[in-house]
Amino acid sequence: MIKNNPLPKPPWWATKLLHWWADPNTSEEVEGDLLEMYAYWLQTAGSQRARWRYAVSVFKLLRPFAKRKTSKDYTKTYLLSHAMIQNYLKIAFRNLLKNKGYSAINIGGLSVGMAVAMLIGLWMFDELSFDRSHKNHDRVAQVFQFVTFEVEKSIYDVMPIPLADVLRAKYPDFKSVALSKRQGQILAAGDKKFEKSGNSVEPAFLDMISVDMLAGNYSALDEANSILLSESLAKALFGNASPIDKLIKIDNKIDVKVTGVYLDFPANSTFKEVSFLTPWNLYLNNDPYAKGMATDWDSNNYQIYAQLKDGADFDKTSAKIKDIRVKMENPPGYKPEFFLHPMDKWHLYGEFKNGVNTGGLIQFVWLFGIIGAFVLFLACINFMNLSTARSEKRAKEVGIRKAIGSLRGQLISQFFSESLLVVFFAFMLSVFLAAAALPFFNEVSGKEMSILWANPYFWLSGIGFSLLTGIIAGSYPAIYLSSFQPLKVLKGTFSVGRFAAIPRKVLVVMQFTVSVTLIIGTIIIFRQIQFAKNRPVGYTKHGLIEIKMNTPELFRHYNALRSDLLNTGAVTEMSESSGAITTQDGGTTDVSWEGKRPDMQPLIMSNAVTHEYGKTVGWQLTQGRDFSKIFSTDSSAMILNESAVKLMNFKKPLDSFVTASGKPYKVIGVVKDMIKENPFAPVSPSFFIINYRNVGMINIRLAPDMSASEALAKVENVFEKFNPGSPFTYKFADEEYNKKFGNEERIGRLASFFAILAIFISCLGLFGLASFVAEQRTKEIGIRKVLGASVANLWGMLSKDFVLLVIIACLISVPISWHFMSEWLKKYQYHTAISWWIFAVTGMGALGITLLTVSFQAIKAALVDPVKSLRSE
Amino acid sequence: MKRTFLGEFEEVVLLTVAILGEDAYAVTVTQELEQKTGRVVGFSSVHTTLQRLEEKHFLSSMMGGATAERGGRRKRFFAVTALGRKALMEVKQVREELWNALPPQTLQLMGL
Repeated sequence: MIKNNPLPKPPWWATKLLHWWADPNTSEEVEGDLLEMYAYWLQTAGSQRARWRYAVSVFKLLRPFAKRKTSKDYTKTYLLSHAMIQNYLKIAFRNLLKNKGYSAINIGGLSVGMAVAMLIGLWMFDELSFDRSHKNHDRVAQVFQFVTFEVEKSIYDVMPIPLADVLRAKYPDFKSVALSKRQGQILAAGDKKFEKSGNSVEPAFLDMISVDMLAGNYSALDEANSILLSESLAKALFGNASPIDKLIKIDNKIDVKVTGVYLDFPANSTFKEVSFLTPWNLYLNNDPYAKGMATDWDSNNYQIYAQLKDGADFDKTSAKIKDIRVKMENPPGYKPEFFLHPMDKWHLYGEFKNGVNTGGLIQFVWLFGIIGAFVLFLACINFMNLSTARSEKRAKEVGIRKAIGSLRGQLISQFFSESLLVVFFAFMLSVFLAAAALPFFNEVSGKEMSILWANPYFWLSGIGFSLLTGIIAGSYPAIYLSSFQPLKVLKGTFSVGRFAAIPRKVLVVMQFTVSVTLIIGTIIIFRQIQFAKNRPVGYTKHGLIEIKMNTPELFRHYNALRSDLLNTGAVTEMSESSGAITTQDGGTTDVSWEGKRPDMQPLIMSNAVTHEYGKTVGWQLTQGRDFSKIFSTDSSAMILNESAVKLMNFKKPLDSFVTASGKPYKVIGVVKDMIKENPFAPVSPSFFIINYRNVGMINIRLAPDMSASEALAKVENVFEKFNPGSPFTYKFADEEYNKKFGNEERIGRLASFFAILAIFISCLGLFGLASFVAEQRTKEIGIRKVLGASVANLWGMLSKDFVLLVIIACLISVPISWHFMSEWLKKYQYHTAISWWIFAVTGMGALGITLLTVSFQAIKAALVDPVKSLRSE
Repeated sequence: MKRTFLGEFEEVVLLTVAILGEDAYAVTVTQELEQKTGRVVGFSSVHTTLQRLEEKHFLSSMMGGATAERGGRRKRFFAVTALGRKALMEVKQVREELWNALPPQTLQLMGL
C-alpha cells in the first residue's frame, strides 16, 4: 500500500513545527519515523485518528531548548588558540618584511590618511566644544535683533540700554540679564602699559558666564571703580606679586582697583579675547555719551546677555520679547525684532539671511569631516587594492594551508591579523605624524589644539577606529582569498579571470575622482580670492597706517600734531576720521534728497573726516573737487561715493543738496567706491562730511622714499610727545585689508593641503599597483621584447590602462566639481567665472602625475633583459 | 551487587529491540509492541524510551542509509549492547528466582 501511494500527507503545520522545534540531534530520524507511523495509522485507524495521533506525537516530541550535541569523535579546532595566533603574527611579520615596498606603501599611505582624519577629528572636536566650557552654556543667550532697512532683514548684536531693564522687570523667564560693552583700552600699572580688550559688564555677568575666579569673588564688580584681570594679564602687569588691591590707570584717565583675578577664558570660547572685566557703572560714569543714552531706545550700541530659568524655552521667550520696541510709542522705521541667540549656537550657527538662521561654521565642520573621511577612504582603497592584487601570489599559500587542514575561519583570521598588524603600525605612526603636523595645522586653521594624550576617549576612539579600518580594509582580502579552492589553486589552473580586476579599477577611478575634484576646488577657491584681491579698492592701501585715538590727550591738538608729523619728513599727509579705512562703523537712515521716493529708507554709511582725508588715503575723485580749507562753506559740504549717487539717482550730483540728520549739505564731489567692508560684496552707498570732533582714528600716509621702519620710528617719537599715556600701536591698512580674506584663504590653504594629500595617497596606490602589474607581466614583457617590441612600445602598453582610468576619473569629476564650486561661488556677489581651462589644466596635471608614477615602474620593467625574465623558474 | 534499574516499559522496549534484531528502529518497535501486547503504544514514548536506554548504554544506535519513502531521511537503528543483554538477563533471573520461590500450594491455588 505504502509503496503504491505517493507520500501520505500529514498536517503540514505539525511537520513544520517538528522541523523547527524538535531536538536537533534526532530530528532527522524522528521526522522520518513519524512519516512512516502516519502511513501505518492511516491504515490501521483511519485518516482522522492518524492526523490526531501525528499531531499529538509531534507536540510530545518538541524539545525547543535542546542543543545540538557536538561529536566527540574529532578534536575541536580552537580559532583563538595561542599557538595559531603566534603563527599568524609570525607569518604577518614575514610577509611585511618580504615585501618591504608594499609594506611601506601600505603603512605609509594608511598612516597619512589616519593622521589627517585625526587632525580633522581634533578640529571638529574643538569646533563642536566651542563655548561648552561655560557651565550654563545651555541656558545662556545673547539678545540679537533683526532690523529692516530696505527689503531684507539684517542682523545686529547691539541693543539699546533700556531694553535690559525691561527684560529684567517684565519677563519672568529670565534668571539674569547683563549689559556689556566690549572695548579696547590701555591699562597702565607703574611703567607697564598694555592695550587690551575687555568688557564692561553688569555684575550678573560673572555668574552667568561662570567666570572661574582665582582671587576675589562674584561681588568683585559691585564697586564702580574696580577691575577684574585675567590671570595672564595680571602676570604681565604685576609679575608674581599679588595684584589684589593694586591700582591701574585706564586710558590714562580712570583709576581703578584690582578686586579679583580670573582664569583666562579658554581658546575655544567666544570670550577668549576678554582679558579684563570692569563694572558697567564705571563705563557709564566715564562715558558721557553712554550715560546720555541710558534711556534712549534708538541708540543700539551695547550687548545684552541673558540667562533663562530652568524650563524656559529660547524660542518661546524670543517670541515674547520680539515686539517690545514696535509696540511702544513712535516705533522706529527700521522695525526691530528682538530675539535670543543661544550660546550653544553662537559659534557654529552664526549666519542669518533675511531673518533666518542659515548655519555658519557648522557647514565647514561637515565639509571637512567629509573630506577627512574621503582621505581616509582613499588610503583604505590603497590597502584593499594592493592586498587583492597580490592575492594571486598568495593563492598557493592558501591552497597548501587548506590541504594541510586549515579551516576557512583560520585563514580569515590570518588575513585579518595581517591587516590589523599593518593598521596598528599605521596608527602608531599616524599619532606621531599628527603630533608633528599639529603646529603647522594649528597655524593654518588658526587654532590652539593639542593631541589629547591623556584623554581616554581619544585613545578609545583612535583604537576603535583603527580596528574598524583594519576590519573594513582587511575584509575583502580575507574573505576573497580564503574562498579559493585548494585543488584548483595547487593544480595551477587557477586564474582570477578577466573580471577580478574590475573592482580594483573602479576603486582607482574613485580615488582619482576625489583627488581631481579637490584640486579643481582648490584652484577655484584661489582664483576667487585673487579675483577679489584684484578688485580696485578705490584708495591707496600701501604706506597707509592708522592709529586709534585712545586717550584724551590726542584730541584737540590736530594742527600741532599734523605739523609735527609733517616736519619729521617721514609723513606726507595726515588726517583724522571717524573710523578705520577697512571698516565701516555706522550709517544712518535719516537722509533725504531731492527726488527721494517716500517708501525708500536706505541705510547710508556716514563718515566724518578732516579736510586732508582724501589726500591721505588717496581716494579718486570722478567729479567735482575735494574738501578744501579755502572754502569756509565746506563745513556743510558732502562728498558722495558712486554707489550713493546711483542710489539717489542724481543726473547731476554736483551742487545737489542732501539732508542728513536734519542738516542740509551741498554735494561738492563724487569719489570712486572705496571697499571698506566685505571685498566680495558691493560697496554700500556712503557719504563723507567734515567733522573735527566726531573722529577716532588718525590716518597717516608714510613718505614713500623712506623705509617703513625708519618712518615709523620718527612717527613714534611724535606720538610719545603727544600721547605719553599710551603705547604706540598702529595698523597698516594693507595688512588689515588682507585680513578680510582670512576665512577664504584659510579654506583655500586647508583645501590645498587636503588636495595634495589626496593626490599623494592616490599616486602611492597607483605606484604599488603599477609595480604589481609589471611584476605579473614579466614573462609577457620578456617574450614581447624577444619578438622585437621597443621600450617605448612596452611603456605605452603598461601605462595605457592606468591613463585610461585617470581620464575616466577626470571626466567624472568635472561635472561634480563644477556643480559644487558654482554653488560655492553663488555665495559671493563678486565672483570669478569657472573657465574651462581650470578643468583642462587639472586634467593634464593629473595625467602627468599618473604618467610619472606609472612610468617609473613601466620603464623599469621594459628595460629588464628578457633572458633573465624568461630563464627564471 | 550493583542493580540496574529497568522500568517495565523500558524492559519491554529493550526486549522488543532484541527480538527485532537488525531491523529495530522506533517505528518497527512501536508496531511490534502494539501487535505483541495489543495495547496502543504512543510513538513518542517509544522514541523517548529508546533515547533513554541509549543514554544508559543498554542500546547502541547507528544511522542507516537514506530511504526514498521517508523523503530521503535516514533511520536510526538500535542494537542491544552487552550491558543491555546483561540487564535483561538479570531481570529474567530475578523473575525466575521469584517464580521458583513461589510455594507449590500457592501455584495451585492460583490455578497455574
